Amino acid sequence: MPGMASPALSVRDLQKAYAGKAVVDGLSFEVAAGSCFGLLGPNGAGKTTTLRLCLGLTGADSGTIRLAGEPVPARARQARQRVGVVPQFDNLDPDFTATENLLVFARYFGLDRDAVAERVPALLDFAGLGNKGDARITALSGGMRRRLTLARALIADPEIIVLDEPTTGLDPQARHLIWERLKQLKAAGKTLLLTTHFMDEAERLCDQLIVIDHGRKIAEGSPRQLIAERIEPQVIEVYDESGGDLPGFIATRRGLAERVEVSGETAFFYCREPESLLAALAAQRGLRYIHRASNLEDVFIQLTGRELRD
Amino acid sequence: MKRKTLASRYRWLGWLPVWQRNFGVWRKLALTSMLGNLADPVIYMLGLGYGLGSLMPDIGGQPYLAFLAAGTVAASTMNAATFESLYNAFSRMHVQKSWDAILNTPLGLADVLGGELVWAASKAVLSGSAILLVITLIGLVHDPLALWVLPCLLLIGLAFAALGLIWTALAPSFDFFMYFFTLFVTPMTLISGVFFPTDALPGWLAGIGAALPLAQGVALVRPLLAGQVPPDIALHVGLLLLTTALGFAVALRLTTRRLLK
Repeated sequence: MPGMASPALSVRDLQKAYAGKAVVDGLSFEVAAGSCFGLLGPNGAGKTTTLRLCLGLTGADSGTIRLAGEPVPARARQARQRVGVVPQFDNLDPDFTATENLLVFARYFGLDRDAVAERVPALLDFAGLGNKGDARITALSGGMRRRLTLARALIADPEIIVLDEPTTGLDPQARHLIWERLKQLKAAGKTLLLTTHFMDEAERLCDQLIVIDHGRKIAEGSPRQLIAERIEPQVIEVYDESGGDLPGFIATRRGLAERVEVSGETAFFYCREPESLLAALAAQRGLRYIHRASNLEDVFIQLTGRELRD
Repeated sequence: MKRKTLASRYRWLGWLPVWQRNFGVWRKLALTSMLGNLADPVIYMLGLGYGLGSLMPDIGGQPYLAFLAAGTVAASTMNAATFESLYNAFSRMHVQKSWDAILNTPLGLADVLGGELVWAASKAVLSGSAILLVITLIGLVHDPLALWVLPCLLLIGLAFAALGLIWTALAPSFDFFMYFFTLFVTPMTLISGVFFPTDALPGWLAGIGAALPLAQGVALVRPLLAGQVPPDIALHVGLLLLTTALGFAVALRLTTRRLLK
């Protein structure tokens, strides 16, 4: 293993345009070895392109990348030897069983059957697929496939694991299981680099994260740090239940919060001292409200806006 | 723990794990796939050979069935390589995303395409050999020189696999492959001396046919099956190798543009 001081991934001034349109626009960041790093951003922000650049799957227009100590793309093969990838869309081999999928994948890393055969049962257990070794991929649920893809990424015992939206499309149980496994991997000293647009996922897993939009970094820090620095600690979401005159309420009570945002039928009151607003709401008929602590999603929306991205 | 495979010790063998993957899948479905490869061309050959052959004079000193058998060996080899490098390769690239999965490992796109090239050629050799076996069993082969047909099948397979991979790199969907057959494979088969000698054609058309890759295969296979050393071996072998090299280079370039943009 390289010294702890050298980052698992460092990206400097990365630039990539498609047909003259910048997709990654001067991006720089570092992923500390042994940490979980989040790459966040709305759809089309450049997350997947950034990952592809880091893996040497496409060339940058300019900038430098070092992955696992190797310059990319010059020595991308050597870097990928020490990296496991969980892609956004499952691409397991449908004609093979779960075990065969792992064995075939090991060969791509130059490991033969004997070298990995003893690791396979442990990997299947880790993925919660201990009794599914002989199952066809088509017989596995979406959550099982995702876990098998994770096990496949671990076949060559990588130092770094890259995950592109690892829990998209999974039910809550399946997501929680994936999160548990990722925490275990981090505890075992692996570096995790993940993209996600689930803010609760990033808040739970990431030590450090960056938010990118239009290929540019717009915020960086730990989830807690970002919430503390970027936004008021409490939110009260207010919406009209039955003729409660929300616009009137906002007009008269705006001053009780640091900041008010209206999105569709809901008003978001961001505040430090919520008591007087809560008292006002208690006295108001027809309005319904939720009082909660601010989270990373509030930060994200403040940074990237409420408009839909397609 | 890390015992290394051959492919990881020798960089130029990077295609081997990809070939092994395809072989692993094929092994599971081998019987049905073999029957499909064999039955159709054999039925055509025997049907046309005996039926049509009974009405025909000898061609170049051999009965029509023997003439047709040699053409069928070459054409079946071409068809097997073409089918594999079009439909099956496209399915792996576009539907199953198997190539994307492999590109996330230390292997590169040249390894993936190399594996597909050699795999399609391997299946082609198998198809051609199966027909060769049938021909031998029905007593059409008398000379051990016919064993030299086997390396020729590999050359034919490689050339058409390379051409198929070009078309696959350009394909938006499975429908696109029909044009490869309509515009290229079928007309070529008719002017390359598979079913009838090309001197029945207008001179310019026969000339085009003689320059196409299938004709090189026929020119090698037919004399060998008749127990003769083919004339102009270097020319025919050279053209097949050139088709493979150029085809593969173009396919690699186009696929890079498609997948690693």
